[in-house]
Amino acid sequence: MSFIADPIPFIITWLTRTMTSWGWPSEIVTVILYVLGALLLTVGAMVFTTMLIWAERKIGGRFQDRPGPNRVGPWGIFQTIADMLKIFTKEFITPVGADKVPYNLAPVLAVAAVLCVWAVLPFSKTVFGSNIGVGLLFLIAVGGLGEVAIILAGFGSNNKYALLGAFRAVAQLLSYEVPMVIVLLIPVMLTGSMGMNDIVAAQKIPFIVLAPVAGMIFFTSLIAENGRAPFDLIEADSELVAGYNIEYSGLKFGFFFVADFLHAFTSALIFATLFLGGWQGPGATNIPILGFIYLLIKTALVYFVMLALRFSLPRFRIDQMMNLNWKFLTPLALFTFMTTAVVNKVLPAGENLLRIGGLLAVNVVLWLIANWAMSSYMVRIPRPVVSGPRPVAVGEKKQAPKEEVAS
Amino acid sequence: MAHEWLYLGIFLMLALAVPALALIIAGLLSPKKPNTIKNSTYECGMETVGSSWIQFKVQYYIYGLVFLIFDVETVLLYPWAVAYNRVSLFGTLEAVLFVLILTGGLWYVWRKGVLEWA
Amino acid sequence: MSPQQFFFIITAVVILVSALMTVITRKMMHSALWFVLALLGVAVIFALLEASFFAVVQVLVYVGAIAILIIFSVMLTRKAMEDTGSQVNKTWVISLLIVNLTAIGGFLAFRSWEVLGTFPTALMAEHYDIGELGMALIDPERFALPFEVTSILLLAALVGAIYIAFQRKEGKK
Repeated sequence: MSFIADPIPFIITWLTRTMTSWGWPSEIVTVILYVLGALLLTVGAMVFTTMLIWAERKIGGRFQDRPGPNRVGPWGIFQTIADMLKIFTKEFITPVGADKVPYNLAPVLAVAAVLCVWAVLPFSKTVFGSNIGVGLLFLIAVGGLGEVAIILAGFGSNNKYALLGAFRAVAQLLSYEVPMVIVLLIPVMLTGSMGMNDIVAAQKIPFIVLAPVAGMIFFTSLIAENGRAPFDLIEADSELVAGYNIEYSGLKFGFFFVADFLHAFTSALIFATLFLGGWQGPGATNIPILGFIYLLIKTALVYFVMLALRFSLPRFRIDQMMNLNWKFLTPLALFTFMTTAVVNKVLPAGENLLRIGGLLAVNVVLWLIANWAMSSYMVRIPRPVVSGPRPVAVGEKKQAPKEEVAS
Repeated sequence: MAHEWLYLGIFLMLALAVPALALIIAGLLSPKKPNTIKNSTYECGMETVGSSWIQFKVQYYIYGLVFLIFDVETVLLYPWAVAYNRVSLFGTLEAVLFVLILTGGLWYVWRKGVLEWA
Repeated sequence: MSPQQFFFIITAVVILVSALMTVITRKMMHSALWFVLALLGVAVIFALLEASFFAVVQVLVYVGAIAILIIFSVMLTRKAMEDTGSQVNKTWVISLLIVNLTAIGGFLAFRSWEVLGTFPTALMAEHYDIGELGMALIDPERFALPFEVTSILLLAALVGAIYIAFQRKEGKK
């Protein structure tokens, strides 16, 4: 029964007992188990990305009223495997004058930066990679490593459009990290620790109920950090060709692609862990595997919402994006933090209704004020008119169209 | 504590090594037929003229700067947030004052028009 | 040799080599990238010393913000990619002499410092508590005033930097 309820620690204890009984010192056994665990997570995450890419293409197709991949295997499941096989055999076209080390290091670093996040996430009460006491800041720190990877890609390609694309991408990532870092103070405040295990264990009531505005700001910043629509200016701008990965071909480009999709799922995982309660749920503390299933369900929900946003909303312009961040999200995050800190201190501690209701009321008031501020700002500041007066096609009658244009 | 960081170190090494290994395998499997046209820098099909350098917009630097200030501010607040449950209301107001001063900074920067992507 | 010593020696070599390469490399962009490696090495040292918060903050602030800002500022100078000029300036002989004398003097002075021979003791067996630092930052008798003054310092830095950078932009207009 304990194997079904808690498979991974069962296997770990069994392996430890076997290896110690062979006479190996316990330090070596620990290191070997660490290597095995890390290998399982790393390879598992990368293989899981194939399912993610399939799911994204299929669901995206459904959103856009088309079938999505449906040829290769039932419901097109093997489509991604076919694509990966193709990408493995494409030629690596290195542009002339490219710096070898940054050019080749960039895709590897991009994937590694996303994979490192999986090391600190708690998957159930007993299965987690590493319980460092600062897991939350670690998540943001590896985002910084991803930014370095983008700069390496842009710089190593010896292509001015790649460089321009890389700078725009890094400017976007830097900007959206500000509200993210500020808003993440709120789960830390409500828990009293920066460790991910503690944050999940403290969520008897999920933090999305206690701090919904913070959750929404965090969700928006996560999507923007990833570079997904509606923030996918980085890879879709016609003047930047293909952004910082113009000069990459074959598996190197495949790795940027994998990093992008894996980052989306990892973001959903992070949001489910921090704000939706992670593995918490009825019976999860006794039967850990149930916790893992709850986490998967919550992550799938959040991922689906991210996909829905991606396939429904049009893209932002860069100035709209920066204005949204610096003039809306950052002040809102700062004020949310300040009011939550003060209100939470004033209200009585514990799980009582007064505290939950008070925090919810504060968040609702903040949201209403933010909405009012935004709409009054948009009324005051005129929208920049991007397109000029449209010329009307001139037909045989030359008089009538000119009158239309003049009026 | 040391064991946690050991795990992270091993994980980072593996996270770098597994993609690198995949790249090496792909490098072995793929054809190698370089020619000058394929290897030249991509510029929408036109020939490149001049060195590949660009006129850098100073706006990027300003965004990085404002990000740095707010990042350092928030990082200074994290220890306070960890101790939040043990801190009195006075301590909370101190932290709020800290954030208010920097919100004033954001207000100044906004009104100066520095945050516009011109 | 304990594992801690082994990792420390490797990390120290990486940091020293990166720092040397930062100064020696001809291209400025490469120098910025070697600098990033040196900063990552320092983060590893913090982790070895079991100061987890500072290791993560080092990566977050130094690599994620300051190194990127330095790379941006390298891009602002037009000569970033060219191998212009010589690696040394006119006064290199005097500088070399002074640096060597200082290094030798420092080495001789620190050789008798007994702390150098001891191993670092474990901070605490339990969960590392960054909340103690938080309490200290708020306590009026300890660090409350430096805490608030830091925010004013950051504000001053922000205003000053914007004043300098923004002027350049207005100059272009």
